[in-house]
Amino acid sequence: MSLSLPGADAPARFTAAEWRRAVLLAALAAMLAVPLLNLLPEGSALRTSDFLVGLAGKWTCYAILALAIDLAWGYAGLLSLGHGAFFALGGYAMGMHLMRLIGPRGVYGHPVLPDFMVFLGWTELPWYWWGFGSFPFAMLMALLVPGLLAGIVGWLSFRSRITGVYFSILTQAMTYALMLAFFRNDMGFGGNNGFTDFKELLGMPLSARGTRVALCVASVLALAGSYWLCARMTATKFGRVLIAVRDAESRVRFLGYSPTAVKLLVFVLSGMLAGLAGALYVPQVGIINPGEFAPGASIEAVVWVAVGGRGTLFGAALGAISVNAVKTWLTSFAPDLWLFALGGLFVAVTLFLPRGLVGLVRRAPQ
Amino acid sequence: MRLPNLAALVIAAILVAATGAARAQDAFRDVLPGLGGGFNQQAEAAERLGASADPRALPALRALSEGLLLRAPGGALIADGLDLATGAAADPAGAEPVRINNRVRAALRGAMGRLQLVSPDRAERAAAAEAVFRSRSADNIAPLEVALAREADPALRARLELALGASRLISPDPAARAAGVAALAATDSAEARSALLEARAANPDLAAPIAAAVEAIDRRLAMRRYVELGFQGLSLGSVLLLAALGLAVTFGVMGVINMAHGEIIMLGAYATWGVQELCRQHAPGLLPYALPLAVPVAFLFTAAVGAALERGLIRHLYGRPLETLLMTFGVGMMLQQSVRLLFGAQNREVISPAWMQGTLALPGGALVTQNRLWVILFALAVLGVAMAAIRLTRFGLEMRAVVQNRRIAATQGIRTGRVDAMTFAFGSGIAGLAGVALSQIDNVSPNLGTGYIIDSFMVVVFGGVGSLVGTLVGAVTLGVTNKLIEPWAGAVLAKIAVLVGIMLFIQRRPKGLFALRGRAADA
Repeated sequence: MSLSLPGADAPARFTAAEWRRAVLLAALAAMLAVPLLNLLPEGSALRTSDFLVGLAGKWTCYAILALAIDLAWGYAGLLSLGHGAFFALGGYAMGMHLMRLIGPRGVYGHPVLPDFMVFLGWTELPWYWWGFGSFPFAMLMALLVPGLLAGIVGWLSFRSRITGVYFSILTQAMTYALMLAFFRNDMGFGGNNGFTDFKELLGMPLSARGTRVALCVASVLALAGSYWLCARMTATKFGRVLIAVRDAESRVRFLGYSPTAVKLLVFVLSGMLAGLAGALYVPQVGIINPGEFAPGASIEAVVWVAVGGRGTLFGAALGAISVNAVKTWLTSFAPDLWLFALGGLFVAVTLFLPRGLVGLVRRAPQ
Repeated sequence: MRLPNLAALVIAAILVAATGAARAQDAFRDVLPGLGGGFNQQAEAAERLGASADPRALPALRALSEGLLLRAPGGALIADGLDLATGAAADPAGAEPVRINNRVRAALRGAMGRLQLVSPDRAERAAAAEAVFRSRSADNIAPLEVALAREADPALRARLELALGASRLISPDPAARAAGVAALAATDSAEARSALLEARAANPDLAAPIAAAVEAIDRRLAMRRYVELGFQGLSLGSVLLLAALGLAVTFGVMGVINMAHGEIIMLGAYATWGVQELCRQHAPGLLPYALPLAVPVAFLFTAAVGAALERGLIRHLYGRPLETLLMTFGVGMMLQQSVRLLFGAQNREVISPAWMQGTLALPGGALVTQNRLWVILFALAVLGVAMAAIRLTRFGLEMRAVVQNRRIAATQGIRTGRVDAMTFAFGSGIAGLAGVALSQIDNVSPNLGTGYIIDSFMVVVFGGVGSLVGTLVGAVTLGVTNKLIEPWAGAVLAKIAVLVGIMLFIQRRPKGLFALRGRAADA
């Protein structure tokens, strides 16, 4: 797993590992600089715009989601077309906390119930909303609920040896079913409007610049932490087994390992990472609705990973950020073309660039 | 304002009395002026005209109820420029419309209903039977008995009997009430049920027969509901079958996940619309046959798209199913966006030919829509043709050979690449046929296909990959289950329940209901 960049061809002053570390640190510094430079006084030449900070925060969350998908797909061979569901569930957990924090400032001014519940004529908070007034509890749920769902779906699938495209279709059906469920008003999650109109988080108003910079920085740090976790995990013996499961599951089983346990662990961890990404995403975009569960959203996220280069953590994050940068740029002047571009990206990457952008840079084949 | 009005009324009443006395021999003329009197008089006159069988009565009552009856200053009643009493032309100048209130309106409805009951026009008699049933009066018994004796049409007789039974329920005569209960018990109508329930409080002595009658009706209604649900389930199953059949060929036989399958269905629907528009512009005489004409066109068009897709893109990715999945998803996106840009995002209307419209009553009273019935037949026909093509033709033989062992098939001289392209074209063509059928029951829009792709995969996985019989059983099972759960869980929960059910099902049978056995199963 040595990463060689073009510079490494020159008489080596750095080893490949050192190069890699340098690139990663530079990327981290650049990503931290975007929100922090926003704090410079207005008019300063180096100051980044509010718009860019908003985008950077969003893209960083997408990059965490891409890492989660890459961990399952690139390393364990589990192509999940339902990671948007884990992302959305994490987002909903955070959204529930933010809704509770609105308190009496809602349109109806009810001290406890969110507006949509008052509108539906509910008189008390449903049991599954209990505890979401507490930030640690909400964050815990943002990780545990996606993890639990991933655990159930993964356990049901892996124990009956559902693999390959069957697993993909199953996860797609999962997110589709959840989307239908969350569209229902009587689920208690705001129906098709979802949650919005948030006011504050941890006592800081969400509209303040400082809050948004802090959220963006938190996302970058979360991405760095997730990256570190995934890198450490895939570098250990466990990571080797994981890749072996991806490439020859039967052989791994014959050698005495349990692919079911390995895959389940990775899938649960991946689901929790996606939940974390969703939880960071919602306060920055200010809305969560059932559209996040749409199968198309999940499959789009898979393409970020494919574009960047699956099986490399750097590629996943790079793919998420670059595809979304192109999307923002293209939709601003030719929204009709974006779907063509995205569709073309699917085709081009699978046919011509199977190892993604990272594969262009990397010299030796795997 | 009120005083002159009252005065006019009094004068009119005197005039009416005077003219009425002069023509005592004509019952119609005798009663007619009442229509121009006070509200009480109007109601009474309407009742009396309704009981008469005079052909002049109905137009007069109708004119009054529609506000077209005019009263001349002299008191003569004019409608359509004719003096109703004499039938002679009359000058409507200075005449005012006669006003009525709700009580008069109700009396008019009942009276007109009774007159229409014996009308020579069938539609009028049918409308009258409804009106009489709704007006609920014991006075209707006699006219209904008369009408029933003259009526020959079975559907109308049933409605008349219903109305008669309901009228008897409120008759002062206890024997007639008991007869009414018995008559209503023999029907299968929800209206009879509510009439019986209304009568229960007023007739404590009839409580037991009424309860029995309601139960009998409930039993028949439940039966009809189940028949209708079963039909809806079959209809959904046939749609799923059509949508999944093409997938069963491309995925089941070739192992290629085609996420653009839904978009190919959508192209089939647009091809149908295109044929219709071509007929409309160039050969209006062919318009009623546009739908049958669209069947081969849609098949060939989508088959060509499928063949191009396979030769151009998919064949480069054989053996990499996950990449194929992503790539075809991208293709689907581009197809959808192209159609959106070419034809717009709005729904396109594909008209149903006359022979496909309307509803059909099954024995037992269940109603089924004709176009859904046609879709069921069409789905079965497509399934039959597809199975025959795979089992009986040279192409089918080669296809099965390639599925079982590609290399040995190649050594036997089968051009496997060509077979792949043809198989994919065949599956896509079937998807196009699904589009033709869906154009009749769904909106033809660029995202027509997206709603079917997951369901189709579920059908194929549930039924067993590679088995068309499995696809049939899977589609019908899922369709009927879905519709049976729907009434008590709602459409969304029914869909979720089915999805969860499939996930649990493949725990027990990971290869589906009709699993392939032998070597092919490992492929």
